[in-house]
Amino acid sequence: MAATAVFGRRARRPRQRLAWGSPSVYFVALLLIGMMLAPVVYIILGGFRTNAQITTDPAGWPSPWKVNNYLDVLTGTTFWRQVFNSTLVAVFTTVGVVTLGLMTSYIIARYRFRGRGAMYSLFAAGLMFPLTVAITPLYVLIKNLGLMNTLPGVILPQIGFAIPMTIIILVPFVRAIPDEIQEAASIDGCGRLGFFWRMVLPLAMPGVITVGILTFIQSWNGYLLPLFILNREETFTLPLGVQAFASQYSVDTAKVLAFTSLSMIPALLFFSLFQRRIVGGLTGAVKG
Amino acid sequence: MSDTQHESVRLAPDPSPGLTTVGGDTPVVSPPAGRRTRRGIGWPARLEIALMTGPTLVVFLSFVILPVAMAAYYGFFSWQGYGPAEDFVGFRNYLLIFEDSTFLAALRHNGIIVVLSLLLQGPAAVLLALLLNRQIRGQTLIRVLIFVPYVISEVVVGTGWSLMLHGDGVVNAVLGKIGLGWLQSEWLSDPKIAIWTLMGILTWKYIGFAVILFLAGLQGIPEELTEAAAIDGASYWQIQRRITLPLLGPTIRIWAFLSMIGALQLFDLVYIIWGQYIADTAGTSTMATYMVANGRTAGEYGYGNAVAVVLFVVSLVAALFYQRFVLRRDTEGAITGGRN
Repeated sequence: MAATAVFGRRARRPRQRLAWGSPSVYFVALLLIGMMLAPVVYIILGGFRTNAQITTDPAGWPSPWKVNNYLDVLTGTTFWRQVFNSTLVAVFTTVGVVTLGLMTSYIIARYRFRGRGAMYSLFAAGLMFPLTVAITPLYVLIKNLGLMNTLPGVILPQIGFAIPMTIIILVPFVRAIPDEIQEAASIDGCGRLGFFWRMVLPLAMPGVITVGILTFIQSWNGYLLPLFILNREETFTLPLGVQAFASQYSVDTAKVLAFTSLSMIPALLFFSLFQRRIVGGLTGAVKG
Repeated sequence: MSDTQHESVRLAPDPSPGLTTVGGDTPVVSPPAGRRTRRGIGWPARLEIALMTGPTLVVFLSFVILPVAMAAYYGFFSWQGYGPAEDFVGFRNYLLIFEDSTFLAALRHNGIIVVLSLLLQGPAAVLLALLLNRQIRGQTLIRVLIFVPYVISEVVVGTGWSLMLHGDGVVNAVLGKIGLGWLQSEWLSDPKIAIWTLMGILTWKYIGFAVILFLAGLQGIPEELTEAAAIDGASYWQIQRRITLPLLGPTIRIWAFLSMIGALQLFDLVYIIWGQYIADTAGTSTMATYMVANGRTAGEYGYGNAVAVVLFVVSLVAALFYQRFVLRRDTEGAITGGRN
């Protein structure tokens, strides 16, 4: 059956492929991008309209363009305080995850001791423990530690839950560093810790950056953990802030849209700065 | 770089380096890690090990392992979240969970979401990846743009979509404008439609991730294979069906695994959009939203923990089954292929 199909089409196919290939591919690609971006564009444009405009014509263009909504959000303190909180949480989480993850990966990858395999298995098993399962007791634990309504109460668990993936990604990086380099370094008088600082850190940098970016974006967008831990408004991170703002100003759609689109900007900015790393890192991670 | 990472992800479900030497024969490939320090470890090395893994172990054990263990423990108590848990109730919480039709509905919704995610996103993402894998201009830009929804936080996505989808929102307005007024609906509150609305939003948010993964997988397929097939006279679709798709298999199976676990744990989007009428009115509740609504919000922490344990066991069983019957050939290859 396959053979007849092959013979039947043999002559025509290659030419045909070139002929219809390009325009329809571009068309589908454009359609796809349109569908992906339309909601984002709608949210951003909606912020430039007034509530009256939105009510009379939900699908209209801003006319005239109003910047009041954006100015209101940007001149208030709420938005900036939440940006500050989110930044603190994301930066400390990322630095913590990368530091702890790289040190532990170095030990697992290049030291030989009893319990090494067990340690790796323990961290790998951590992938099976999602935050959703642990959240209720975690809340109790954080409360008992007196960390409710504090940013460390969010940062520490976030580090814990990001460690398994970090170690899984970083151990092969550190292991791939040739032994010859370590031998050469040791001949030149560089100890194991010196080797870690001078060689492992720079050589594992691509992996570290990929892990760091993924952790940062995940922390920036995190919702469940802050929802449980942060109940006071002055400790809110951006996702909680967006939700609180949306329910507080539920009648002021335009303002909610403005707040929402402003809160997207940092993640989008961060993503576009490092998109090659993210897409590239995933490309490496699951190359089939 | 890419090869080592690739290996790591395929091995991820298995505790690899320790067990490769334990299981089966003696290690065929001696792990490169050992050579430097094999002379035996002295006290300095032990100190280094303790100092460099200690903090990680403390954070990981106290904030990941301990809470999970606590969940298993408190699940046997009727407990309101303060003071010591004293009211031991055995398996009563678990009986209550499985007698509660609300939970069973949530479980069913999770099942529907798992199946629909695979059926809707999988084929669409494969087709899109095949399409975008062709030589076209602006390929990088397209990749970045379809990844944008994935980067936006669930809260923003939920808030934005609920504003767009409510009765007087832009979606119904656009439908009216282009003459499809009969399609206008209560997208969020009509229980017959709500779960499809949810699937639409989920697909929008997560398909970019699938496409990027598949594109990455496609780029690992050697061009010689498709070229040889083309020379032998295979049509474009025959090449895709007989060569590309089978070789993309491992990537698809890993994506399906991630998608399945994600769908079972689904919380953020549902809670943000349907938070106010979470029970079962709109037919979108999930096990995780049920857990939060009946655990923390209701102040029944013992019960909430029992739900967490059920959620964990359901995910674990699903993951084990999947690994046993679907992922097995991939991971087997990875283990027996050895590390080099």
